[in-house]
Amino acid sequence: MTVVFDGIASGMLLFLISVGLSVTLGLMNFVNLAHGAFAMLGGYVCVTLLKHTDVPFLATLPLVMIVLALVGVVLEKTLYRRLYAATHLDQVLFSIGLMVMSIAAAHFAFGDNQQPLVLPAFLQGQINLPGVDVGIYRLFLVVLGLTIALSLELLVRRTPFGAKLRAAVDNPRAARGLGIDVNRVFTLTFALGSALAGLGGALGVEILGLDPGFPLKYIVYFLIVVAVGGSGSVKGSLLASLILGVADVAGKYYAPEFGAFVIYAVMVSMLIFRPQGLLGRTVAH
Amino acid sequence: MRDDARNLAPLQKTARWRRAELGFWLLPVVSYFVFPENLLLLSQIAITGLFCLSLDLILGYAGIVSLGHVAFFGVGAYAAGLLASHGMGDPLFGLAAAAASAAALGYATSFLVLRGADLTRLMVTLGVAMMLYELANKLTEFTGGVDGLPSIDVRPLFGRFAFDLYGRTGYWYCLTVLFVLFVLARRLVNSPFGLSLRGIRLNVGRMPALGTPVNRRLSAIYTVGALYAGIAGALLAQTTQFVAVDVLAFPRSAELLLMLVLGGSGTLYGALIGTSVFMTARYLFSSLNPQYWQFWLGLMLVLIVLFARGGIMGGLRSLMQWRRGKVQ
Repeated sequence: MTVVFDGIASGMLLFLISVGLSVTLGLMNFVNLAHGAFAMLGGYVCVTLLKHTDVPFLATLPLVMIVLALVGVVLEKTLYRRLYAATHLDQVLFSIGLMVMSIAAAHFAFGDNQQPLVLPAFLQGQINLPGVDVGIYRLFLVVLGLTIALSLELLVRRTPFGAKLRAAVDNPRAARGLGIDVNRVFTLTFALGSALAGLGGALGVEILGLDPGFPLKYIVYFLIVVAVGGSGSVKGSLLASLILGVADVAGKYYAPEFGAFVIYAVMVSMLIFRPQGLLGRTVAH
Repeated sequence: MRDDARNLAPLQKTARWRRAELGFWLLPVVSYFVFPENLLLLSQIAITGLFCLSLDLILGYAGIVSLGHVAFFGVGAYAAGLLASHGMGDPLFGLAAAAASAAALGYATSFLVLRGADLTRLMVTLGVAMMLYELANKLTEFTGGVDGLPSIDVRPLFGRFAFDLYGRTGYWYCLTVLFVLFVLARRLVNSPFGLSLRGIRLNVGRMPALGTPVNRRLSAIYTVGALYAGIAGALLAQTTQFVAVDVLAFPRSAELLLMLVLGGSGTLYGALIGTSVFMTARYLFSSLNPQYWQFWLGLMLVLIVLFARGGIMGGLRSLMQWRRGKVQ
């Protein structure tokens, strides 16, 4: 049972980081391999705030999101926007370039050590139920992940902004014709995606660690979540994260000799049977 | 009298060897005498050039995006390495075995790759490469893991030319293999088969209407690409006499993509020029400033995508057009 719970928690963390990618890649159809760099930046902002100011851990999270949203807006307006119409290959190359630059920059700014993070006392420790050991921080992740999944789903499905976003993605020309400011919608969405990446990165420091290699080490996991979950589906990403989280933890626990092999095998077989992803939308382009 | 649509003269013209190409192939021969101390680097360039060529075949010509091309390189390297460390070190036999195993893997995975759209392809190719990496990393009694295969012993080429420490034999060996495979690739891309691939890349919806079996063509070129990559891997294993798991690592795929775009994808010479420029630059700069080489690498990639999508070959081509325009 503990394995299942830890798997769910680690899946939730995976979801928290990759849901930002699901927003940019899934909804805006931009293959952003530099997503891990945004998450890493979020982690560094959080750690730096904790080290040099008295801001408590929970209060750093909104700050991280604001900083990352601003970074996202700037990058979107200067760089990303030029490549919306480009092929996926160009987007991949461009974002690999950005990712490599971010790794080198993080080396330069923070050195290559793991960054320590001390959680506040009330998030440490465990609750011991019969059969399950529940880490409080992991429980916190699960609750937060579910909240964010729910609010995103509501944002995309139920609000006017969500409707505009879906219209802008499905048919930018017609959306423009209806008076929707497509550029602005995309900028805001990208900012949202970056903010979520930063949040996930900050929350992930405790479990995944934080060093300059972060973007490269975990990008595969984020991409798996989005590719397996299906384009632009929050529910799909959540489901995929949970499956992968459980498979990953269970794989490491029961068959450590196979290592990360399990997760790749799960991904490839899922993609073979459902090339559109688990809950993929089929968008006519 | 033929009508215009039937006029194949422009295609035949591109298929003919030009003087500049002969000049290009003289360069590696000249380099052998000019840079005798750098033969190991030059061999690396030839090997990576072949690897880059193999990616160009599937990406530049057929438009199949791949983040895991390193899988075939690694399989080829391990095939040749394993044979050599089990006492079957004949280099040409190793090449053949590497080519066969990489091509078999390429043919088998081509069906997975063809199922999805771009993003799925990226992920499946990446996933296959990562799985192989994990396998090689875990099966240490078989592959030696990070430490590499034990006691690789490559026999002399044709039983006469031993692989020396200075890499002289190795250099001519790599260069000859590269040249032969290049000539074959050149014939391939200018053949009706190669033209149908370009048609598929440019308009996949239209090709079935012209009677082209799209999936069969794509899976054929994917297999050929895998075969080339496997031979490149085998060359690396044989000339360096060392194979460890890093032949399967992801950064190699990413760097390869960079070299291809730098040179210009969709042109065979672009792959070779991109590789030569990249490897030489890395050699020169990493000795000056190793830690931040990566930063400039990333910047270069971003700038190429934003401003110079044709790469070096694209730049050369527009230069030629500009000059021709001035002459007329």
